[in-house]
Amino acid sequence: MSPAGKKFEYAPAPESRAVVTLRSSYGLFIDGEFVDTADGRTFKTISPATEEVLAEVTEAGPTDVDRAVAAARRAYQRTWSKLPARERGKYLFRIARIIQERARELAVLESLDNGKPIRESRDVDIPLVAAHFFYYAGWADKLSYAGLGPDPRPLGVAGQVIPWNFPLLMLSWKIAPALACGNTVVLKPAETTPLTALLFAEICQQADLPPGVVNIITGAGDTGRALVEHGGIDKVAFTGSTEVGKMIARSTAGTAKKVTLELGGKAANILFDDAPVDQAVEGIVNGIFFNQGHVCCAGSRLLVQESVYDEVLVSLKRRLGTLRVGDPLDKNTDVGAINSAEQLARIRELSEVGEAEGAERWSPPCELPERGFWFAPTVFTGVTQAHRIAREEIFGPVLSVLTFRTPAEAVEKANNTPYGLSAGVWTDKGSRILWMADKLRAGVVWANTFNRFDPTSPFGGYKESGYGREGGRHGLEAYLDA
Amino acid sequence: MVTTTAVPTLASGPGGLDLAGITASESSLRRFLHGLPGVDQVGAEARVATLSTRSIKTTAKAWAIDLAISMIDLTTLEGQDTPGKVRALCAKARRPDPADPTAPQVAAICVYPDLVEVAAAALAGSGVKVASVATSFPSGRAALPVKLADVRAGVAAGADEIDMVIDRGAFLSGHYLAVLDEIVAVKAACGDAHLKVILETGELSTYDNVRRASWLAILAGGDFIKTSTGKVAPAATLPVTLVMLEAVRDFRDATGRQVGVKPAGGIRTSKDAIRYLVVVNETAGDDWLDPDWFRIGASSLLNDLLMQRTKLTTGRYSGPDYFTLD
Amino acid sequence: MPDRTSRSTTDRMPVRKTYKLFIGGAFPRSESGRSYEVTDVKGRFLANAAHASRKDARDAVQAARKAFPGWSGATAYNRGQVLYRVAELLEGRRAQFAEDVRAGEGGSARAAAAAVDAAIDRWVWYAGWADKIASVTGSANPVAGPYFDFSVPEPTGVVAVLAPQQSSLLGLVSVVAPVIVSGNTCVVTSSSGRPLPAITLAEVLATSDVPGGVVNVLTGQLADTAPTLASHMDVNAVDLAGAAGDPELSTRLEVAAADNLKRVLRAPAAEPDWRAEPGMERMLRFLETKTVWHPIGV
Repeated sequence: MSPAGKKFEYAPAPESRAVVTLRSSYGLFIDGEFVDTADGRTFKTISPATEEVLAEVTEAGPTDVDRAVAAARRAYQRTWSKLPARERGKYLFRIARIIQERARELAVLESLDNGKPIRESRDVDIPLVAAHFFYYAGWADKLSYAGLGPDPRPLGVAGQVIPWNFPLLMLSWKIAPALACGNTVVLKPAETTPLTALLFAEICQQADLPPGVVNIITGAGDTGRALVEHGGIDKVAFTGSTEVGKMIARSTAGTAKKVTLELGGKAANILFDDAPVDQAVEGIVNGIFFNQGHVCCAGSRLLVQESVYDEVLVSLKRRLGTLRVGDPLDKNTDVGAINSAEQLARIRELSEVGEAEGAERWSPPCELPERGFWFAPTVFTGVTQAHRIAREEIFGPVLSVLTFRTPAEAVEKANNTPYGLSAGVWTDKGSRILWMADKLRAGVVWANTFNRFDPTSPFGGYKESGYGREGGRHGLEAYLDA
Repeated sequence: MVTTTAVPTLASGPGGLDLAGITASESSLRRFLHGLPGVDQVGAEARVATLSTRSIKTTAKAWAIDLAISMIDLTTLEGQDTPGKVRALCAKARRPDPADPTAPQVAAICVYPDLVEVAAAALAGSGVKVASVATSFPSGRAALPVKLADVRAGVAAGADEIDMVIDRGAFLSGHYLAVLDEIVAVKAACGDAHLKVILETGELSTYDNVRRASWLAILAGGDFIKTSTGKVAPAATLPVTLVMLEAVRDFRDATGRQVGVKPAGGIRTSKDAIRYLVVVNETAGDDWLDPDWFRIGASSLLNDLLMQRTKLTTGRYSGPDYFTLD
Repeated sequence: MPDRTSRSTTDRMPVRKTYKLFIGGAFPRSESGRSYEVTDVKGRFLANAAHASRKDARDAVQAARKAFPGWSGATAYNRGQVLYRVAELLEGRRAQFAEDVRAGEGGSARAAAAAVDAAIDRWVWYAGWADKIASVTGSANPVAGPYFDFSVPEPTGVVAVLAPQQSSLLGLVSVVAPVIVSGNTCVVTSSSGRPLPAITLAEVLATSDVPGGVVNVLTGQLADTAPTLASHMDVNAVDLAGAAGDPELSTRLEVAAADNLKRVLRAPAAEPDWRAEPGMERMLRFLETKTVWHPIGV
């Protein structure tokens, strides 16, 4: 709540909630309609910023999963696979347009349910969602030009499970390419952030998408497991933790299911002494405090060249003093609420471990709201490779700072992790950027920038960060039998 | 040529910046300026784009509008300027909104040197400063003695502040010491008058150059660094101002001496002005949120601020007919 | 080998060959000290082959990891040249390979020769891919912002390759070449019953310019080494071709591979006809895509 400046206090500038109309309860979206559960239960979804109950949603049971998969199979066989590719594309274009038209509503709902700042949901998440549908809409009738063979075929029914950090964006990363390639889907949003997916279901209705092409079933881990292990699906796409990713890899072993996994990360953001320092500091901040650090590709390990360590730390701390933590719906908020009590507990636990292991903990002066789930932006200095906070994914606004002396040491430290999702490099020397980019074992390397996303740009990990790519031409491969 | 070592401000700062050593030779100065961290264009522009989304409403807006008014260097720099025009502008400076005495005064009037006397007379006792452009504004293409005479004339006529232009030709051809020496000479000619050094960032082309020119002007003893003459497009921009604010912030960290910043040209709406204040607030901080340390060179901006101010107090939108032209 | 020695027309005692493992460019015996009898299709003794142990598998992984930076860091042109040179050497050993193949797989001499020719041609085909994969699978990505954004393929790392059980040379080449052409290094378990072409290939590789450790060959029983390789945390991917037709083993290996999320190329229900056009699949499976962003500014 408190920016560094004392003179210029920004008055509250809340985005209006009036644009969102929530029902008191939601069923499951199966075969084009919202239906009551056959064997599940209901649960409440809350705003993590206030703990206010937003709506009651359904935890789908095994019978519900059966119904949804059956609906998707029917739609695949009877409608979607028979539709000319051009027509498929037009549905996706139509969906993209509706998302643009309802952008504010989606952004407000996303911030309410997830806790992320409206500035991000409005300026990053939702525009990227629309862009993803636009991008893959255009692919639908051009698949034979994708370099995956002359006549690539859809896989069938895709079971998709997505996380709570970018609820609608992850939905778009899953549904847009799947549909463009001619598959039908059953998607399960995360239990703490189901609402924008349910609003998306309404958008599918509004777009007259044939029933069963998209099915949204809400629920928690059990529902996700039932979907992933369901015998009636041909494809599993999962974004989430490495731990669950491994469970999925085991449970799909020996089946014919095609699997793509986008999992955890512990990215190094590497700052050389010749970096454009002011932009690098912005990149560090964006790298770890964007979306409260709930980002699989977050730059959670800052590697600073020792020769500039002191000045970078001064700049970084000064900059953190200007971060505005608070009401996600306030247009001036930079850091919103932690998504759940459970996640907050994990961040707290790992931070305490960091202190116990001897790292020095620092946060800017920061007034946190009393209700809801909050965690101040935190920096740990004096961190070594052996510390748990340098190895484990915290998935929160916690930065671990390490140092290095030479480019080779930076690469060695950056790669010294089971993960390999992303990395950042800050230097003004072009040849060094390319050398670093070549050596870093990570699926995305941001040089002199961080946390940029685009539907045309393939995204995905090396090693335990998962397999398969989302975005770009490469993203088609996950949904085609080439 | 005036030598740099003669200037008292070029002492070693408390932060360990060896100012005398830096300016000792062309090569040491070049090494220093080229050793400054680079500015990534995309990153700098992305930063101000984000800051531009700040939503400044209600009490914050009222505070920012009044602060912006108090920071204006109300400017007329036209060939057609007359004593009558300048006197009218001075009246506006003293009392921007005749209908509302609570509206603050602007910081200064900015005119050509030959009209300084008129302005000084019209503003006597008001607290509004008189600023004069000088050094063969806006091109700066004249011999040093001519430029210095221009400065002295302005000061003699009562200017509190001198807005000089740097020699962009010398800067772009890498003759940094020549640029520095000229600023040092002008500063000496200013006497007690404050010196604002116009970088003419629209001609410098890159943010790296803006950063180097900022440090050069600061090292030479400028009290303010200013973006533009207003005669070259682009004039002031948010990213350029961001880079300049970073320079004064870092210089104060290194030496303890504070230098002001003045974007000028192209700032026409309250929304623009407030965006600048947000950038000041979140880059250099509180200490620069003061007319002594941040100015806005503008003319039409004032009426827009006044209209917004009226809207905040009355709740309805005003129109240009309700505010004086000058 | 007895059938070769029996053809001897002199009284001279033939010098028998000892078949060993191929690890890190050297030919060690199994550290277990065990070997097993290799017979021809009719059950006649051909040779004793080394019976690789779990420890041998670990050594091989280590050798492959050590070779990875150099091999993946070589220019694509260089890799292509080195692999083409292997084809030249294979050509020079056609007769020996044909003998190995025929002894193990049976069939006519002509069929064996055809299999060898196909294997050499396949090697040449893959060698030519070295400097083309990046052009075909990479991309410049037109992102909506002032960034230059490109994606390039990179080798996954160390790949465990279970070579086919039936097709002892063409099948072997068809699974090894696509893995190493892009810069991966590998540990290959040869056909258990027909290991001789794999060992001969190792001899060719040893005398070629392929750096030691890029290809490591284990002979023995799949059940001994495959689980070690599938669960090894420093192996990045596994090709289960050699477990074709054994869904129980294949599934078990895939489950083990999940421990560090290895990329898995599943075993088909039955061993395919390796003479078919291979396509890019086997290369693509062992490539990662790296996307690099950089701002465009002055």
